[in-house]
Amino acid sequence: MTHLDLSPRPGAASDGAMVRAQALMELRLLARNGEQLGITLVVPLLLLVAGTKAGSIVDLGEGRPIDILAPGVLALAVLSASFTSLAIATGFERRYGVLKRLGASPLPRWGLLAGKTLAVVVVEVVQVAVLAAVAFALGWQPDGGVSGWLWAAVLLVLGTTAFGSLGLLIAGSLRAEATLAVANLVYVLLLVGGGVLVPLERYPDGARAVLELLPSGALGQGLRDAFASGAPGLLPVLVLVVWSAVGATATARTFRWE
Amino acid sequence: MRYGSTVAADGLDLTVERGTVTAILGPNGAGKTTTIETCEGYRSPQEGTVRVLGLDPVADARELRPRVGVMLQSGGAWSGVRPPEMLRHVASLHAHPLDPDALIERLGLDRSARTPFRRLSGGQQQRLGLAMAVVGRPELVFLDEPTAGLDPQARRATWDLVAELRDAGVTVVLTTHYMDEAEALSDVVHVVDAGRVIASGSPASLTAEGARNTVRFTASAGLDVADLMDALGHGTKVEEIEPGSYVVAGDVDPALVAGVTAWCARQGVLVQSVMVERQTLEDRFLDLTGRSLR
Repeated sequence: MTHLDLSPRPGAASDGAMVRAQALMELRLLARNGEQLGITLVVPLLLLVAGTKAGSIVDLGEGRPIDILAPGVLALAVLSASFTSLAIATGFERRYGVLKRLGASPLPRWGLLAGKTLAVVVVEVVQVAVLAAVAFALGWQPDGGVSGWLWAAVLLVLGTTAFGSLGLLIAGSLRAEATLAVANLVYVLLLVGGGVLVPLERYPDGARAVLELLPSGALGQGLRDAFASGAPGLLPVLVLVVWSAVGATATARTFRWE
Repeated sequence: MRYGSTVAADGLDLTVERGTVTAILGPNGAGKTTTIETCEGYRSPQEGTVRVLGLDPVADARELRPRVGVMLQSGGAWSGVRPPEMLRHVASLHAHPLDPDALIERLGLDRSARTPFRRLSGGQQQRLGLAMAVVGRPELVFLDEPTAGLDPQARRATWDLVAELRDAGVTVVLTTHYMDEAEALSDVVHVVDAGRVIASGSPASLTAEGARNTVRFTASAGLDVADLMDALGHGTKVEEIEPGSYVVAGDVDPALVAGVTAWCARQGVLVQSVMVERQTLEDRFLDLTGRSLR
């Protein structure tokens, strides 16, 4: 029988080591869940490829379809990684007692959140790299220059914060099955009619006024503007900031770890 | 602790000595888990105070968590995670963890190293939970029903590990509804029922308290029990419950047994059998609660 030195020698790993371990664990489990990977990468990819012909199906407005679609597909990727995937994974972690168990470990709550955020960011970097490469291969020509990419990065961070906190809000208050249903339903609804892929000026005026205020519409429109002209309007940025603040506050107040 | 109008633990007062094994024994619904989860910092007491290693489990959680190992009653792992992966993850959150692979092997989980958590048997999930509680080399571990649903070998492996923890200077607090477990493992037992501690002490002192220990013997019928009582003295009672079958009640010690056989010898009576019946923890529990354990 193996001898184990069980004498007490307690201590927490360093904060950096704990956050890194948590992020790696999340990524490893994500990689094992094919369906989640599919929703985060394959769906945006399919829409990008199929959508280059969408000019003849849906009228995207003036300009080449790929230039309009590419920023929207990036927005969709953020929505799937930071909202749908995160909500579903966290909902089941709560159900299986993983959050409860980690709550008794040296990993502090902010560390758990940081680990999750890091994992989401890694997924998004991969998504953006793959989707942008495919978009360029399909002839994408963003006109925003360096400033467009910088603004895009800012919008992606804001969008991740807003959708991430909303995803955690659902996961922290509903049952795991309800979270699964709601997260997927919201994803599909926003994909179809949330102003993610189709420019807001193509919607009727009434719908447009609502969509402008949704995080999906703000992220999609902000990215399209940034890549087209080098800077988004003020409204999308403000909308994302407000959703981030509201989402984070509501999540912090209501999240139940068990 | 209250859940709605149900009081789960009420005026429950107990202290645990460092370096000992303490068992909280009680039927289902007695308040064991509520008590232990309050010590783990999962809930705050509505009244009274809880101190663990001198610290407040909620306010001082950051300081306390690395020092305390926790085994939940169930779950606590991702459904698709493999045992070594999960244990390595928990180990990586600690500064000086045990070797996760050695612990996996020690608890017999190496044969299920590729099996996702959801496909492990209940007993294997329990053992992984135990491994997660001890991998960080804590000073104190809380084990909530560590052997519920284990087969005898796995149960023995868990008992051995608990004994080794104590020998290594780790304080262990465990809940159980198995009498033999409390009796075999613990230095101190707290019997809990309906949210209150109804008895505390070492397993030996609990069974000795108010002892109804008896000696039964069989010999020829119609012996002079009054004379035997005189011979044994100090408040011993003897009864012939059926012809040739006698019960001696009193302070059962070696002298009493010798006294019985010596008296029979003086009478020229051959004793056919002598049996000392000691009260078990289970008898004691029944006395205390009027309720049976599973």
